[in-house]
Formats: sequence, structure tokens, C-alpha cells
Amino acid sequence: MNLALKDIRHSLFRFILTCFGLGLLMTVVLAMIGIYNGLVSDALAAVKAPRADLWVVEANTQGPFAEASSLPAATRDAVARLPGIAEAGAITYQTIEAQHGTQTLRLYVIGYERGRPGGPSTVTEGRGLGRSHYELVADRKSGLEVGDTIRLGRNRFTVVGLTEDAMNSGGDPAVFMTLSDAMALQSELDPAAERVRAARGAASPDASNVAAVIARIEPDADVARVAATIRQWKHLGALTQAQQEELLLASVVDRARRQIGLFLGILLTVSAVVIALIIYTMTMEKLKQIATLKLIGAPDRTILGLIVQQALILGTSGWAIGLSLILLVKDNFPRRVVLEPTNALVLAGIIVGVCIVASGLGIRAALKVDPATALGG
Amino acid sequence: MAIGDLLVDVSGVAKHYGEGETRVDALRAVDLQIHAGEVVAMLGPSGSGKTSLLNIIGCIVDPSAGRLVLDGETVFDGRWLRGNLRQLRLDKIGFIFQAHNLLPFLTAEENVSVVLDLAGWKPAAAQTRARELLDYLEVGHRAGVKPAHLSGGEAQRVAIARALANRPRIILADEPTAALDSVRAQLVMDLLRKLAVEQEACILTVTHDEKIFDRFDRLIHLRDGRLSAE
Repeated sequence: MNLALKDIRHSLFRFILTCFGLGLLMTVVLAMIGIYNGLVSDALAAVKAPRADLWVVEANTQGPFAEASSLPAATRDAVARLPGIAEAGAITYQTIEAQHGTQTLRLYVIGYERGRPGGPSTVTEGRGLGRSHYELVADRKSGLEVGDTIRLGRNRFTVVGLTEDAMNSGGDPAVFMTLSDAMALQSELDPAAERVRAARGAASPDASNVAAVIARIEPDADVARVAATIRQWKHLGALTQAQQEELLLASVVDRARRQIGLFLGILLTVSAVVIALIIYTMTMEKLKQIATLKLIGAPDRTILGLIVQQALILGTSGWAIGLSLILLVKDNFPRRVVLEPTNALVLAGIIVGVCIVASGLGIRAALKVDPATALGG
Repeated sequence: MAIGDLLVDVSGVAKHYGEGETRVDALRAVDLQIHAGEVVAMLGPSGSGKTSLLNIIGCIVDPSAGRLVLDGETVFDGRWLRGNLRQLRLDKIGFIFQAHNLLPFLTAEENVSVVLDLAGWKPAAAQTRARELLDYLEVGHRAGVKPAHLSGGEAQRVAIARALANRPRIILADEPTAALDSVRAQLVMDLLRKLAVEQEACILTVTHDEKIFDRFDRLIHLRDGRLSAE
């Protein structure tokens, strides 16, 4: 006879409510794990998207993500000719705000050379850039649709394709356009500002610089050696893909990552305390019944089973409810919530551990109860 | 009444709590023998040691001194001779409580069969035995009902069924009729007497209920930890 299940069935509504409450707490824990993963994943998305082996940047900078970097666009040709380089492409990054209908969109503009590294990794709807000007491929989260037009700077662009999971470390969705359009967008002033500049006789902003040159190397080439060769040019720096990713995580998102990690730790601690409290209270309410069980001859393992099984059922139900809820609502979060199966499994393991440890308090109280308390008088 | 086996043999049992100036002697060299078929009432004022003696015979409380033999087995002689006292209680002793103490999350039938489950009976056999006992005690029609929906008399009969389930030969009862009216109290005592005879068990009851005194074979009095008279 399974006493734990019988007891749960006896006060099923209350138990379900408790599980639901715990499930909501688990939802928050899983949401924090997902936000944490999302932050890292978003931060790395722009770095990983070009599938580069090498990032050639301005010397003595850690660009183009951690610091600003500016190179002559012609650097690409020099890099492309180096031994060991399979292909290279110049690239620019900038964040702009643009009106689309009634909405103000914050977009991460990536300019790249068609047919060279730096474009969207996949186009899930529509097509890639087909013309030299005024077309763009947008991340789906921007809200733009294929066929939409949007004014960026002094020109109107048509959305010809959609991609996914392309954004900067702040979560701003990316739009891809040709390098020439992106460079023009960077340098062209508003007409009124242009008139003032012309009247003052000032020089035009330099429209020939890019943020970085990304390169893919030959299969048999040594990345470190190619990078060392590039660094011999005093005006250039070179970072491998792994260095670029480490740099981004260490400098750009590190503080936010640690903040969320700390909050996640606090949440897990609160969850552990709540679970311990619930199990302890459930046990204390049953002390008279436990005394009766001891008096009629129930061994300790029966009493341990009653408490531990209920704790585990509570914990796993809360976890399952939490997981179901977060899977239902995760796409409604303003930033990406990325949950891997291992995250859910690790949390399940933690919850099982917490339940067993938390049962300890209840078990201690249950084992201490004197069977004589079941007798009246 | 023919005298049956000696089921409870208490010799020189003492129990004290605390030491020195705070020492309280709850029982002082108590001797008591109860045979199969006997229904014995234990009387005494509050603090006289009734509960201590009941708890010692029930193997719940350690005696400070003396010897305790239950159903022919010496279980205490200066120390407990059996390591697992809960198994001893399961095998030899049935308890009936003043407040019946049925487990609220089990049905009447499950409250009886839980003892058999603990004793290692197979579920089907335990269910049959529980149903037989409930039928015998005329609460078989309430087998699937939880304690909260049983009347006081029904709940007490279920509690008796639970006490008898594993066929113990020693039944200890603590004010079993306190919550019942006089008619039901008489019925319960008649039932216990009948069971004692049929199952060759003995029944030791703590009671203050004068209306059922005539239902006992013996009345024993405890005063200041001593058996004063029988």
C-alpha cells in the first residue's frame, strides 16, 4: 500500500495547488536560465553568423564588437591575397533607429559584400540580396515582412528576405544590406546637416572605411600563423574566432551574465528553502499519524518512504509544471529565452537533490516523534 | 472462567523520570499478570502511572527496572531483548485509542489492512481479512468510507478491527469508550470480551468509565505508581 499516494489523493486539491505554486517558481528559475542562455547566445550570434576563422581589425583595438574598429575597405584585397586565406569579406556594423509604420525599430545594420563572408547564415523566407542597392534581409524578430519597405537614412529599402537568430549583444534584430549601402548609411548626413557641412567647407565623412575584414582560411592552413602574418602589418590586428567569442563574453556581456547568474543562484536557493518549508510543514501536519504508524509497527523505512516520495512527487510535479509553462510562454519574452534539454535535466537533478535534502528536516522531525503521542491521556 | 495462557507478565517493573531532586517515580515495583481471555481494567487518578504502565507493556517506553514477558517471550529484563520493538508490537500487540486515531487518508478497510501490509501479508489476503473483520464488527458496509465520514461508534469499531487485524494476543486500550454513549460503550466492551475469548487474547484497558466497570473480569488500581488493590 503506497501511503504517500493515498495521502496525496486524500488532499489532492491542496497538493495540486502546492505543486502549481512550486511550478510557478520553477517557471521563473527556468526563465532565468533561458534568459542567461539567451544573453550569451544573442551576444555570440553576430560573431558566429559569418562563420569566420579570422577577424582582421584596426591595430590595438579589440573590435569590432568590444571596441570600435575602422579599416580602409581595401584591406580586404590585401588580406584575401595572403597565403592560407580561402576567402575574405569586408564588413560594417552599426545600430540605428528607424520608423516603420507607427513603430520605432532599433536595428543592427550589417553591411557585407555579396558573394563574400559576412551575410546571413540562412534565409528562411524570401531570398538573399540580389541587387547592389536598397535591398535588405531582416531578422524575423524585427517585425519586418518580405515586401515591406523601410526608410533608412536617406534611402528606402525593400525587405527581400528574412533570417533568424541574427542580433547584437543587446538583442537588437539585425538587417543585412550591401556593404556600399551600409557605408553610405554610415557617412551620409541628413540633407540639412549636409548643407551646413558644405557651407562650412568641411570635408565629407570618410565613406571608405569598414569595421573589420573577416576571413576563412584554407583547410590545411594554420589560423595562428595566418593571424601572426597579418599582425606584422602594424596598422592591423587579427583575432581568431575563438578569441573574438571569448572577448565578447568577457567584456561585453560579462557583467550582465554574472548578474543573471547571481540572480539565478538566489532563485535556486529560495526554491530550495520553499521546498524544504513545504515538506517540513506537510510532515509536521502528519506527526500524529506518523506516531500512530510507529505505534502499530510501521518501520522507519515506511515513514521515510511516505515523506521522501511526497517530496519527490512535489518536486518533479513542480518541475514539470514549470517546464510546461516556460515552453508555452518563452516566445513572448522581449529577449530570447534559450532552453536546452540539458538545462531542464540539470534543474530536474537539482530539484531531486533539493527534495531529498529538504526531506531531511521533515524526516528528522518524523523519526523523533514518540509513538506514545498517539495514545491519549 | 478457565484460565488461559499467561500473556502479560510484569515483574517488579519500575519507571522513574529525571534524577536527584527532580526524580519522579511513575511506577514502583509493579507486578501484574494477565491471562488469555481476560478483560482487565486499569483505574487510577491522573498521574498514578496508568499511561506509563500501558506504554511499558506496549513496548513504547523503557522501564527503569524489572522484567516483562509477553506471550511467553521475555522482552525486557533490565534491557530490551529484542532489537526491533516495532516488529514486536506488530506481532504481539494491538492498540485501541481513545480518539481511535484512524489514518484520515485511508478508507476504513485500508486502515485495517495497513497493519497487515506492514506485517507482510499479500494485498488480496489483507483485503479479505480486513473485510472479514469489518463485517464481523458490523461495519463492513462502511469499508470504502474515510474516517471523517464515519460516526464515533463506527470509527471505534474500525479501530478495534485494526487492533485485531494481525491476530495479536495482547490488546491495549486507552479509554476506548470515552467518546461513546453508554449503550455503545457497553456494546464495544461486549465485543472486546467476545473477541478476547474467541481469539484467546487478553485485553488491558485504561478507563474512568464507571458504566462499563461490570464488563471487566478484573479492576486493578494504580496509586502513586503502585498497584494498590485488585
